[in-house]
Amino acid sequence: MTQFDFSLIDWSRAQFALTAMYHWIFVPLTLGLGFIVAIMESLYVRTGNPEWKRITKFWMTLFGINFAIGVATGIILEFEFGTNWSNYSWFVGDIFGAPLAIEGILAFFLEATFIAVMFFGWNKVSKKFHLLSTWLVAIGANISALWILVANAWMQLPEGMKFNPATARNEMQNFWDVLLSPMAVSKFLHTITSAYTLSALVVIGIACWFLLKKREYAFVKKSVLIAAVFGLLASIMTAITGDFSAKVIAEHQPMKFASFEGLYEGKTGAPLVAFGILKDAKDTTAPYKKDFAMKIQLPKMLSILANGDANSYVPGIKDLMEGNAEQNILPVDEKIARGKIAIEALAAYKNAQQANDTIAQAKAKEQLDANFKYFGYGYFQQHKNLLVPNIGITFYSFHIMVGLGFYFIAFFILMLLLVYKEKLLKYRWVFYLALVNIPLAYIASQAGWVTAEMGRQPWVIQDLMPTLAAVSRLDTNAVIVTFILFALIFTTLLIAELKIMCKQIKIGPKH
Amino acid sequence: MFESLSLLTLQQYWWIIVSLLASILVFLMFVQGGQTLLYRIGKTDMERTMILNSTGRKWDLTFTTLVTFGGAFFASFPLFYSTSFGGAYWVWMAILFAFIVQAVSYEYRTKPENFLGKKTYEGFLFANGLLGTILIGTAVGTFFNGSLFSVNKTNLTNMGNNAISSWETPWHGLEAVLNWHNVALGLAVFFLARILASLYFLNNIDDATLRERCVKQVKINTIPFLVFFLAFVAYLLIKDGFAYDETGKVFMEPYKYLHNFLAMPIVLVLFLAGVVLVLLSIYKGWFQASRKAIWFGGIGTVLTVFSLFLIAGFNHTAYYPSTFNLQHSLTIENSSSSKYTLVAMSYVSLFVPFVIAYIYKVWKSINNKPITKEEMENETHVY
Repeated sequence: MTQFDFSLIDWSRAQFALTAMYHWIFVPLTLGLGFIVAIMESLYVRTGNPEWKRITKFWMTLFGINFAIGVATGIILEFEFGTNWSNYSWFVGDIFGAPLAIEGILAFFLEATFIAVMFFGWNKVSKKFHLLSTWLVAIGANISALWILVANAWMQLPEGMKFNPATARNEMQNFWDVLLSPMAVSKFLHTITSAYTLSALVVIGIACWFLLKKREYAFVKKSVLIAAVFGLLASIMTAITGDFSAKVIAEHQPMKFASFEGLYEGKTGAPLVAFGILKDAKDTTAPYKKDFAMKIQLPKMLSILANGDANSYVPGIKDLMEGNAEQNILPVDEKIARGKIAIEALAAYKNAQQANDTIAQAKAKEQLDANFKYFGYGYFQQHKNLLVPNIGITFYSFHIMVGLGFYFIAFFILMLLLVYKEKLLKYRWVFYLALVNIPLAYIASQAGWVTAEMGRQPWVIQDLMPTLAAVSRLDTNAVIVTFILFALIFTTLLIAELKIMCKQIKIGPKH
Repeated sequence: MFESLSLLTLQQYWWIIVSLLASILVFLMFVQGGQTLLYRIGKTDMERTMILNSTGRKWDLTFTTLVTFGGAFFASFPLFYSTSFGGAYWVWMAILFAFIVQAVSYEYRTKPENFLGKKTYEGFLFANGLLGTILIGTAVGTFFNGSLFSVNKTNLTNMGNNAISSWETPWHGLEAVLNWHNVALGLAVFFLARILASLYFLNNIDDATLRERCVKQVKINTIPFLVFFLAFVAYLLIKDGFAYDETGKVFMEPYKYLHNFLAMPIVLVLFLAGVVLVLLSIYKGWFQASRKAIWFGGIGTVLTVFSLFLIAGFNHTAYYPSTFNLQHSLTIENSSSSKYTLVAMSYVSLFVPFVIAYIYKVWKSINNKPITKEEMENETHVY
């Protein structure tokens, strides 16, 4: 029996994480700023006030700078599914490829076509057509997010498909189950509203920088008003959809949910750790176990978050690993055994297929169908501890995301009050706070992505395919080389983007 | 509607769509060709600004077509995606790197404090134009000459080396450049992109000096284009091809691609019409400096590339042959998505005419007047 090449798997994961996280630096601002700019231009077209046009053009310039690097970092992600995750591409390509293609046909062309009008059409097309183009760019960007998030959600909750042993892949059975799965709906809504929140924070932060420099008060007031309303609505929606998302995860990815909270032993009426510091439990039988050096708990809140019921049971990592008969939870040893049967049944099926032995094929298929639910566990016969995600990273990223999310709601309320009471200029500390919020918004956004994707480990397709079985057969050094190249290029482009962005902000809105 | 079609018909329908996207991509690579002519045609800063604003208003269409081509290939023929991208790693990575640096270069090139300087971004654009065209052309060349890979779906049941598709040479795609026929196609695409760019500038830039230089570039690039293109086509017509029979068994067939043209006369007509239109566009550019030449060249390119893709995949031809083991070659029948997915995707494809319609409308509204120096001086958003 050959062994998995873990250095190849780790470097391939690192490369995908690097490119996804770089891409995710730029995408949220594109998603939200597109709409903010469209709202501003709508006010220009409606009122005819040239000040709105000046404001629109300023934010549009920043949108363009950010958009370009978002595109640059995005192309690689689509192709990396093939280059680095070749088994994955075949195993689920029948389902996963479709949203990517639809994204290209329905969304990317919309963006790519109308962005030319948005930037170069001011003197070439009518005001209304220009406004329509700006809206279409924003809508196109968000439709594109829909399809890639549908694909991502399917990795977390594979539905609407059936495994075909003849082709050794999953095949789509119901497109609408894929599109409208609760995971897809919650993931899309949570992600885009969090992106709008980030965009609003960036707009307010930059606007407040002008106040610190005692410049452009009229521009700042208008920008802050739009962004604060937009941001408040978005951040409240982020919290609501986050709650929805948590319930879906608790139901379908209980290990991920337990790792959010570092919950080792399951509980009825489980408390939520609002703040905690983890430490190693030094338990040699369960090396993944963590204890808390300190924690602040909210009684029964985790049960409410998971199931909407204060007295419900939330399984912990121990239950999910060792099993809990009372709660009807299988131990992973049993899942691994069933997964092994499924994998062996597939091998038997393929042999029977080659030998044209239809009776053996039917028998193998029956065995495969009965155990397919645990197919992916079969790869963990020697590595069962890998079935627990990295608790430390998942716990902290989840708490950073949630904590900052609630703080942002309070901040938007504060900004709206200041604008409403005409006291925006009164408190200089608010300007600094708004500036600090820009990096905090990006930290929250990245933490959200880390929570979702690190919490998913070790699965690339929940329960069906682990990352270790999905990777392309490449030389590890080849992946290290491309990882370094990506890191160098993306970091260089990020520095360029930040310098250009800062300069354009210093220049300010043009007259 | 699509449900009533057979799986084979759906596979053919999707091969047509993939072929169409590929052919539109090659036409739109005039953007890449233009980027390699930046210093050949543009001698002053203003001239280079006009050139890059001409291609710059179209670069994202080329980029999007490439991404959609990848997405459509993934959705319709996922085994190609997993085999070629995961195997010919270096070729695809080089293509991707070339496109990563393109995306930012237009937007950042003239911005103050752009960190790398104008020349670096122009260098990126040149690299994108050079590598993007040659490597994509070379990669497509392997559709006719094969690659060293194996496919074994039972590997999925191994604990360890369980890759379904494996590249059977450590060069991971770089070996494609050792085949002159692949490289000939790559170079033909490169020189064609430069010709199309020159024709596009004739249409899109209103400047007497630049027009003269564009005509000169049409002349300069036509000779190598014809040499490489004709060498590629001539050998294609006499070489053995990768055929498969009713049972799916792959075998070498003498004059396979010539036979494909003869077996599908409509494809032959499309191919000949495409070549004639490309030659006509060159004639109109060379001798008349015609503004309309690009349209002949564009349509001709689309028809030519489209028909080449059709003879690569239709008429029982393995479109992605394995020279490691012929029986592992990919055909439109053994590498496609399921019928359900192809049907679902086919409904989405009904949006394509609508997409083409709005692209045409926007193209017209942005290109209604050629670029001039005055516009560059007065425009608020200039690359």
